[in-house]
Amino acid sequence: MTTPLLATVLDIATVAGALWSFVLLLLKRPAGLLVLLGFLGLIELGLLVQAVLGLVALAGDHRPIESVTFVCYLIGSLLILPAAAWWARTEKSRWGVGVLLVACLVVPVMILRMNQVWAGSVV
Amino acid sequence: MSEQSDRHKLAETTRSGPGRVLIAVYAVFALGATSRSVVQILMQFHRAPLAYVLSAFAAVVYIVATVCLGRASTTSRRIAVISCSVELVGVLAVGTASVLVPSAFPDATVWSVYGSGYFFIPVVLPILGLLWIRHTGRARASVEAGSVAGDGS
Repeated sequence: MTTPLLATVLDIATVAGALWSFVLLLLKRPAGLLVLLGFLGLIELGLLVQAVLGLVALAGDHRPIESVTFVCYLIGSLLILPAAAWWARTEKSRWGVGVLLVACLVVPVMILRMNQVWAGSVV
Repeated sequence: MSEQSDRHKLAETTRSGPGRVLIAVYAVFALGATSRSVVQILMQFHRAPLAYVLSAFAAVVYIVATVCLGRASTTSRRIAVISCSVELVGVLAVGTASVLVPSAFPDATVWSVYGSGYFFIPVVLPILGLLWIRHTGRARASVEAGSVAGDGS
């Protein structure tokens, strides 16, 4: 993609978020949840920047199927973390952070896929 | 009234704890499979019709499972059992077919090679779904048995 540095930073950040969630999941009482949510908020901002840069880069592209798939991944990646936070918010047990853990693992996979689509190696 | 609150409790139990994570994973697959198959069918259906129809079918199964596990009423739990079973049969059938007759699948589906493109989650997910429905159902059955015994004494 056009911004490999941002993609790498987001990959590292989401994997860190996943590890963080995993530790909270192991501790029976989720502590410091707000800090984790703040961290995920920063990741979401990064994803937003990535989506804008991706859409701008796409403007001159003429591969219909790749373009549509790429846009789906860009926009889809923005939905994951907010949806997870919403779905986790009413969960009283520690499994709420389990939902955040799943979301943190899904985002880097989506980043990987959107880069593959952009490179044309897969649709 | 107590039956109603009992049902409400069962629904809560189904979508709480590990169930909440399970539903989240189902939702991811519902979103992924749906958007993927819509794009494939609208833009290049002629390329691999069988694979794309199967992908669309899988997408519907994932949506049904997500919604039914999330609602978790008595009826939707039953529908979830059916959709998880269909999903398990589907992933095993499509997985086996894609190994035996790879030429029939020029483009991969979610269920190709038992979901190898998705870390084999597609084959594990329906099993976990069925186990979870059975687990929460049993927990309630034992509570019911306890309350009946309590009434009798």
